[in-house]
Amino acid sequence: MSKRTVNLLVPIIAVLLGLLAGAIIMLVSGYNPILGYSALLEGVIGNEYNIGETIRQATPLILAGLAVAFAFKTGLFNIGVEGQLIMGWFAAVWVGIAFDLPAGVHVIVAILAAAVAGALWAAIPGILKAKLRVHEVIVSIMLNYTALYVTNYLIRNVLTDNSDTTERIAETASLRSEFLSSFTDHSRFHWGIIVAILGAIIMWFILEKTKTGYELKAVGFNEEASRYAGMNVSKNIILSMVISGALAGLAGAMEGLGTYEFTSVKSGFTGIGFDGIAVALLGGNTAIGVILAGTLFGALKMGALNMPFEAGVPNELVDIVIALIIFFVASSYVIRVFLERKKRKGAK
Amino acid sequence: MEYVIEMLDIRKEFPGIVANDNITLQVKKGEIHALLGENGAGKSTLMNVLFGLYQPEKGEIRVNGEKVHISNPNIANDLGIGMVHQHFMLVDPLTVTENIILGKEPTKFGKINLKEASKEVKKISDQYGLSVDPDAKIADISVGMQQRVEILKTLYRGANILIFDEPTAVLTPQEIKELISIMKKLIAEGKSIILITHKLKEIMEVCDRVTVIRKGQGIGTVNVAETNENELASLMVGREVVFKTEKKEGHPKQDVLKIENLVVKDARHVTAVNNLSLNVRAGEIVGIAGVDGNGQSELIEAITGLRKVESGTIRLNDKEITKFTPRKVTESGVAHIPQDRHKHGLVLDYSMSDNIVLQTYYKKPYSNYGVLNQKEIVKKAKKIIEEFDVRTPSESTLARALSGGNQQKAIIGREIDRNPDLLIAAQPTRGLDVGAIEFIHKRLIEQRDQGKAVLLVSFELDEIMNVSDRIAVMYEGQVVAVVNPKETTEQELGLLMAGSKRKEAGEVNNV
Repeated sequence: MSKRTVNLLVPIIAVLLGLLAGAIIMLVSGYNPILGYSALLEGVIGNEYNIGETIRQATPLILAGLAVAFAFKTGLFNIGVEGQLIMGWFAAVWVGIAFDLPAGVHVIVAILAAAVAGALWAAIPGILKAKLRVHEVIVSIMLNYTALYVTNYLIRNVLTDNSDTTERIAETASLRSEFLSSFTDHSRFHWGIIVAILGAIIMWFILEKTKTGYELKAVGFNEEASRYAGMNVSKNIILSMVISGALAGLAGAMEGLGTYEFTSVKSGFTGIGFDGIAVALLGGNTAIGVILAGTLFGALKMGALNMPFEAGVPNELVDIVIALIIFFVASSYVIRVFLERKKRKGAK
Repeated sequence: MEYVIEMLDIRKEFPGIVANDNITLQVKKGEIHALLGENGAGKSTLMNVLFGLYQPEKGEIRVNGEKVHISNPNIANDLGIGMVHQHFMLVDPLTVTENIILGKEPTKFGKINLKEASKEVKKISDQYGLSVDPDAKIADISVGMQQRVEILKTLYRGANILIFDEPTAVLTPQEIKELISIMKKLIAEGKSIILITHKLKEIMEVCDRVTVIRKGQGIGTVNVAETNENELASLMVGREVVFKTEKKEGHPKQDVLKIENLVVKDARHVTAVNNLSLNVRAGEIVGIAGVDGNGQSELIEAITGLRKVESGTIRLNDKEITKFTPRKVTESGVAHIPQDRHKHGLVLDYSMSDNIVLQTYYKKPYSNYGVLNQKEIVKKAKKIIEEFDVRTPSESTLARALSGGNQQKAIIGREIDRNPDLLIAAQPTRGLDVGAIEFIHKRLIEQRDQGKAVLLVSFELDEIMNVSDRIAVMYEGQVVAVVNPKETTEQELGLLMAGSKRKEAGEVNNV
């Protein structure tokens, strides 16, 4: 078994083990796992509407996963994707409401505004890490709360007059599409998936093909050697956070310009940013892996909605299955050891 | 019963390579048995087989004449085999005693009996003349002492056969002497020792017999009394080795590097380089001799832009580079073989080819409009790998996977290939075997003969004496003397390095 095969098998086995453990829990709690899982599957690909909604659900998850993966590949742990996403969502909606621009241009400006907002928000922990050696995890966690309450304030006091929900964005700024919606039975399937795939391609291109990626990864692996080689370590740390934050901001744009077309005062986090960590982990921090993992997470979340209706399984159980998959991915070391041992036995 | 350890016809394969092929090692009771081989010859693999970390494909192991199957290190421990690792496995904030009993704590009603353990450690320490303070913290004791703690650890666990993995690599000359007397004491008390090394002097000094392996093959076992360094070296490398590197008379020309009144502080803000002046001319090798920690590292870091200069000037080809960033220094024509190849020289998780362009990746032809040109990078890597005899499965292999000698050859290849005016080599042969050392010395001299200025920093006097055209002795951040290697002796250098004899300032500049 080559290293590549093992890298591919580990997440697949983790997912299967998660589903298996979920089945056992359903059995123990008195539900029929076959019924439960067929309801799940039905909820994902049962009809055009569900397929459309699954892709819609997966879109921000992919971008959030890319944001985490990008930082991780360059030696940083961006746990602040959630906050950057909230900032991106807000910025996108603000541009969508406040500006009057021609169709086509408006939506692009709104998307870029989201990316810039996420990037700036992520630049704060980046600068603090680069200049003062403050750990990015602590700063970015705290900035998640700051983002939440700052945007709540701005929504109440700037975008609206003491209201909890903004008005809808202008049609010119929307990612929604009659065309996509019509052939998926009026789902909220929108153009954002193109942005997500572009995001993945950009991440792959920067990291694998450019001299910028070469520097970013080198600094992540070995700061001292990078300094020796003449690279600007501080600049690269900040740049890494900025790119990661831009991807997170784009995830927010998906919600603001695609799914909801508005933003509202939130009592808590969206959770997408945190799911992004699991998506990146399951996807092995690679662009293609994150697309697949994000799609799987989106599918599980969509399918979960169908489980109570069709099989009577409470959708909390689906959360448990997702948690178990993450658990098995995180403990992939055990799976790796198992595969290695099998390989050795096979060789003898 | 003659042998305590017998490893017969051991064969160990890894995917793609045979690391050990029919190697036989027989160790007599009460002897110091050397295991000699180049870096990557398979010494560590063989010892890991003995220690139960690897399972051999073929061959058998006998301990005290009985066939054994060592499937994990615990079994090796039970059989009385102990390993003194090259990289110490110690917990810094704990005391000596706590480290020694770790994993084998004597308990009384579930409570660790530290007092009892401390007494026991003291007893063993006294028995073998180790003079270790059982209650000292690891962080507070010297490297030499830490090594003795490692030795104590194996003795505490009842080891009769001690494997020393390159034990002298981290020690000062004084500590090496003490270690040798400890080893002799251990033998006198009935222990047996396997010494893994590639230092021939040490073998001649302490060992009874030596088993040589080369490229995974057992070459044979010889009695130390019946051999000499030259013979051992050629057995190890497979050809004649020249110890004294041949070189022609140098023809130094104009100053390439000129340092005046340089002051540099170290990481703790203590003055490390103190008003130092030094010049290196085109076509000469200046060796900096000195005991580690006398400002050599800070001096190099200052020249290469990695450390801030407090005052003084550094000029390269008459152009001031004192305040340059590392990149600008590099672009001005300085190449640097760093002292710590893992920390500075390589990105270990990058492929060999990516490491070859570590300072040039952003330039044409390796990058066009910000996009890397892998084809050109691979081409360059292949060229350097071939020219500098870097043994690697391919240029896409991770740097981490290569042996130290091959990593070093790659770094040297990369630096020389940039065609610098000044080549700074810090400890370029540390931890390498004679074959690689010879190769590297030749390359340094070749650079000199091509009219480059070479600044060599080394803690090995042999190396300094052998390669340099001029020797600058550094003591407490200053150049205390500049001497001609032909007119000095190791004794004189040793005294200068210890600061006991200072030449007058006037003499310093005109040698």
